[in-house]
Parts: sequence; C-alpha cells; structure tokens
Amino acid sequence: MSIKIDKERCLGCRQCLSVCPGSLIQPDENNKALIRYPECCWGCASCVKECAVGAISFYLGADIGGRGSRLTVQSAGPLIHWHIEKADGSRQTITVNRQDANQY
Amino acid sequence: MKKELDVIYLTTDFLIIGGGAAGCYAALTLSRESGYSALIAEKAHIKRSGCLAAGVNAINAYIVPGRTPEDYAAYAKKDAEGIVREDLLLTMAQGVNQTVAQLEAWGLVILKDEQGRYVTRGDRNIKINGENIKPILAAAVAQEKQITVLNQVNILNYIVKDNRVYGAYGIGVEDYAFYVISAKTVLCATGGAAGLYKPNNPGFSRHKMWYSPFNTGAGLAMGIRAGAEMTTLEMRFVALRCKDTIAPTGTIAQGVGAKQINALGEIYEQKYGLTTSQRMYGTTRENQEGRGPCYLQTKGLTPEQDNELKKAYLNMAPSQTLKWLESGKNPSEQNVEIEGTEPYITGGHTASGYWVSTDRETTVRGLFAAGDAAGGCPQKYVSGAFAEGEIAARAAKNQMDSLSGCNPTSLPESLAVARQKQALEAILNREPPLFRTEDLEEAMQQIMDTYAGGISASYRFTVSQLDAAAEKIGQLEILSHDLQARDMRELVFVCELKERLTLCASLIAHLRARRETRWPGFAENSDYPQKDDAWLKYVNSKQINGRLAVFCRDLVPQGERYEHQDR
Ligand SMILES: Cc1cc2nc3c(=O)[nH]c(=O)nc-3n(C[C@H](O)[C@H](O)[C@H](O)COP(=O)(O)OP(=O)(O)OC[C@H]3O[C@@H](n4cnc5c(N)ncnc54)[C@H](O)[C@@H]3O)c2cc1C
Ligand code: SF4
Ligand code: SF4
Repeated sequence: MSIKIDKERCLGCRQCLSVCPGSLIQPDENNKALIRYPECCWGCASCVKECAVGAISFYLGADIGGRGSRLTVQSAGPLIHWHIEKADGSRQTITVNRQDANQY
Repeated sequence: MKKELDVIYLTTDFLIIGGGAAGCYAALTLSRESGYSALIAEKAHIKRSGCLAAGVNAINAYIVPGRTPEDYAAYAKKDAEGIVREDLLLTMAQGVNQTVAQLEAWGLVILKDEQGRYVTRGDRNIKINGENIKPILAAAVAQEKQITVLNQVNILNYIVKDNRVYGAYGIGVEDYAFYVISAKTVLCATGGAAGLYKPNNPGFSRHKMWYSPFNTGAGLAMGIRAGAEMTTLEMRFVALRCKDTIAPTGTIAQGVGAKQINALGEIYEQKYGLTTSQRMYGTTRENQEGRGPCYLQTKGLTPEQDNELKKAYLNMAPSQTLKWLESGKNPSEQNVEIEGTEPYITGGHTASGYWVSTDRETTVRGLFAAGDAAGGCPQKYVSGAFAEGEIAARAAKNQMDSLSGCNPTSLPESLAVARQKQALEAILNREPPLFRTEDLEEAMQQIMDTYAGGISASYRFTVSQLDAAAEKIGQLEILSHDLQARDMRELVFVCELKERLTLCASLIAHLRARRETRWPGFAENSDYPQKDDAWLKYVNSKQINGRLAVFCRDLVPQGERYEHQDR
C-alpha cells in the first residue's frame, strides 16, 4: 500500500506534506514532493485528496494483491471523482458526493 | 557539524496533547465554555491526523430512540465480560448524542429518513458520510481565537513535579526545535497504540493495518514513565477485518447483513457466542480446526449493493474498493475473506488505558485523559471520544477555576530542560550503531508475536512465554539507548520505538497478572484457559521508583462516582 508522486505534475505546494498523518512526504532537492518512506504509508489517501492537480496516485502493494492499478482523486465542490486506471490502461471513475451519507 | 535544538518556551492554560477526535473536541468545549486558552500540540496536522484520517463509516456509539444511556452501559459491560467502569460508561453514553448534534451543526452529513429522523444501523449506530469528519473538526477549531494549534510537534514527556503535571516537552517533526510547554492543566489525547506486534502484512505493506500506525502509544508511555496508573492493558483489541486491506467489516456485516462463513460454507458466527471477543475467537478457531479461510458471504448481493459498498469504502478505507476493482470481481461475485488483526491497545474499543476518575483525571494531578488513551470505558468510538473530551475539558476548567491564583504555571528547572535537550541531541549526533531503529522495531514485533500472543501464536501464550518476552523486550530497551537519528523525522522514529518498548513491558506484565482467559478472541492464556470470576477485578499498574508494580482493584460499583483516594 503506497503512493506514487508524478514529479511532472507536482507544483511543490506542500499541501500533501503537511496533511500526511505520518509525515512521510518531504520536499526533494527541487522542492517537489517525495515519498520518503513508501513502506510506512497507511493508505489513508489524505495526500491524494489534498493534491489539487492530481499528481498523487495510490496503489496496493503486490503483497496485498496489488496488480498495478492506480487511484487518483479529483474534487469538484461536494463531488469526489475517484479515477481508477488499471495496468492494462482501462479506466473507470466512481463519483461520491460528500453530501450523501453511506447507505450501509 | 554538531546538530543542536533551539529551545522554544510556550505557555497556555490547557495543553492538549494530540489533536484527534478527543483533543479537538476538548479544545472546542473549553473555548465555548470558558475564557481559558488551549494549545493543541499535534505530531501531524489536525486536518487529517490520527484514526480519522481516511474517514469513518458510521457513528458507532449513539443512543437511538427507545434506548437509554443505561442500556448502552449495560451492553458494553456485558460485551467486556464485566471488566469496565460503569461510571465512565454512563457519563460517556450520556454525552454522545449531544456531541453528534454539534458535529452535524458543523457540517457532518447524517442519513435521515423522510420524517427527518436519523437512520439507525442496528441498536447503537447511525449512518453518516464520515469521509471529511476530521476536516470538519479542524475547521471548527480554526474558528476559535482561544485555541492555538501547533502542528508537526511531537510530544515526548510530561513535566511533572510531586505528582502534579506542569506541561510537557516536545520536538519539531521537521524543525530542529525543542519545545517546553507550560500549562495549568494537561489532556492526554494521543490515542492508542499500533505496531507493538508483527502486523498482518509484515512486508512492503507493513503499515496497511487497521489502527493508525502513527498512534504509537506515546501518551501511555509518557504516563507510565511519569508514574501514572494504567488499567486493563491486558484487554487487547483484535479486530476482525477484510483480508489484506485490513478494512473494517461492519459495513458489510451490519450494513448489508452478510454472514460469517467458513470454507465449507457453514455459518459459524453464533457458534462461539456473541460478544466482540467471542466472534473474533470463532474465526480463529475455524482456521485452527482446518475450516478456514473464513469469509463474509457477499455472493448474491445486488449490483446496487455492489455500488453502494464501493462508495462506502471509498469514504473510509479506499484500499478495499481498489482491491475489488483490482481483482475484477465485485462483492456480489466473490465473498470477502476475513482475518484477525495483530493486537492493538485502544481504549476506544476495549477498556485499556489510563486509570481515571469519573471526571477523567488521571492519578497525576492536573493530567486528564480522553478517547483511546483513557481506560475503563470500552466501545466509546468516535462519539465517545468527543464526549470524553468534553467531560475532561469541563473538569479541567473547574480545576483551573479553583486553583486560580495559587497555581502559577511554573517553568521546569533549567537543569531538567538541559538534560532532556542533551539526551535528544546525543541521538542526533552519535555515530550510527550496529542496529537501526527499524531493526529493533522488527525484533520487538517478532518477540511480541511469538511470545506474547500475536497472530502467529493464534493470540495464545503461556506464563513462561511471557517471561521470555519480558526478558527479550528488556534487552531491546538497552539496545535502544544507542539508536541514532540523522534528522528530526528519524528522531521521532527513535522516540516512537522507545514508547512502544515501554508499553510492551507494561502490556506483558498485565497479561501475566490476569490468571484466567476472559476475552478468548483477544488473548488466550494457555496456562489458565478458563474464565474465573475470582478475576472480576481490574488489573492495574504503575511505576514506583522506576519499577513496575502490578496490582488489582475491586470493581467500582454501579451508580457510584469514582474519585482518586490513594494516588
Ligand atoms: C480505521 C478506523 C476506522 C474507524 N471507524 C470508526 C467508525 O466508523 N465509527 C466510529 O464511531 N469509530 C470509528 N473508529 C474509532 C475512532 O476513530 C476512534 O475511537 C477515535 O478517533 C479516538 O479518538 P482519539 O482522539 O482518542 O484518537 P485519534 O483520533 O487517533 O487522535 C489521536 C491524535 O494524537 C496525535 N498524537 C499521537 N501521538 C502524539 C504525540 N506524541 N504528540 C502529539 N500528537 C500525537 C495523533 O496524530 C492523532 O491526531 C475507527 C478507528 C479506526 C482506526
Ligand atoms: S499536493 Fe500535489 S502539487 Fe502539492 S506538493 Fe503535493 S504532490 Fe505536489
Ligand atoms: S496515503 Fe496517507 S499515509 Fe500514505 S503518504 Fe498519503 S497521507 Fe501519508
């Protein structure tokens, strides 16, 4: 369970650094975000949700059944679009509205 | 170049250590009900720290229409096989609904029916969208001028003199800073402890655990060092969770009513009893007796239910939704495999933590505890953590009112400050020793797993195994004196390991002291495999002159408040 940061997209805003509950992300020499302790990630997705430009994706480690799919998030007002890109390139989006309670 | 720490002195009325559920709610209560200042010291950032980082899925402690706080207390007592503090359960249960109403006013979305009533899940839960529960709390805190938040400050030790607290010491997680914070009263709200035992996924995904891996038992270890009394640490919490992702199962079990089945397809969930620990025990036994793996029977759900489940998990444990997508099979096509987790110490689910008065004051004067750090009051969950934060803040206010004038916040002696600072600087400046922090962490988890009833031991142990565990943990404590850190983040890792070792030693002593098996799914003492009602008492402990003393206390009778008489 961990995250990948796309350096091309990262703006260096440091939002993800500050919200990570384990302080696992640090700035690199170019002031871009770097996941310094990838194996210490809890998988809470806080950083993924915080990144305004979708530079952070989230994946399952191979040891827990990860097969290369990545999850990114795009927030639009109350909506959270969770984009899933599978290893074969296929894509899917699940949209959750923050105003809707869980049915279960 | 020698690394040095800048000393920063701060003063506040009410120091809150840990800005999670209990800490934030306590700060908000104090600022609403008094003119006192509050300072929240948080090791991460209160927007997304602690257990609530990913979100929660329901309010697990709520008094639904037709039920009373007394009913809730009676249920929790039965579930914990009697080892609870009824005064704490009742005062917590009396507070939960009000705190939920407050959260709703701040923006928490709660599911309602056509008449505008909350939709309940079972007898004690209500359904919410808890994805942003932590940002909601943080935003409420940001509105209050009386509250200062220090993010990225990790607290390490209390300032205590003659069994009264005067503040705490901490370090910056990024900055080379040493904080000396003076306060009239202090709240410990650092949550419980994960990472004591070898986790379910010990490799790359070692932190894919249920409880927050960043709650390292700091507050408990600080209390143990300061001579505070702890209770019921031996009632560990082992959770039944989705395999691999260790995501909560309640949404599937209670939400869509999926049954627990073994590999033969037999429903076994009623076979071993209905308490939380008995249900956990059932899965362990089914596996031991060759009927594993076990599952939640989701095959046959509707496509609609599939979709709602995937959304619900995105709101609290997104890895489980990713797992379904990754496997290419929906819950309706494939049962969800379940497993028991490694044991955690968490006073929000079981009764382990600080021994407190009805007002949530610990045995150290002026030091309060709430939420997962406070003992005696299981099944408080998120709303109970709020309620305890409220109770503690009110009691701290009353104490500050009555102390006014005669209790100036006193700074610790400069010698004591220098000693603490130098010890930390030594860790930053020494040569790398043979073992790294992560090596010792792995060793600790291995010892606890093998000798103190971890997953690989099916949560079982013997007294001789516990003695071996105690000896080995003691050796690691000695090795930990030589650990080195290259920067502040690593210094925090070193301190966290030391906290865990301190807590492990106390936990082992508690497990050893209770000579019976009361909660079979959480811990099984093979030398004393039966429940024995001679043990209807609390096992408590405290350090006296550097040595850990373990002793029993009689149950606090129903209907009585509890004040410390002998601290
Ligand atoms: C994955 C998960 C899901 C859950 N789901 C639900 C649910 O659906 N419904 C429900 O009712 N309950 C749920 N709970 C339980 C609930 O979240 C907890 O009981 C509650 O958050 C406890 O509050 P707390 O304030 O004690 O701990 P936390 O909320 O964890 O807060 C502790 C805080 O202390 C900080 N801290 C720790 N050490 C230090 C230190 N040394 N210095 C400074 N700060 C420190 C941490 O960073 C954290 O912010 C869940 C728990 C978990 C782990
Ligand atoms: S939040 Fe996104 S843009 Fe900002 S530093 Fe992190 S990765 Fe870069
Ligand atoms: S997913 Fe959570 S724990 Fe992992 S890096 Fe992001 S914020 Fe940190």
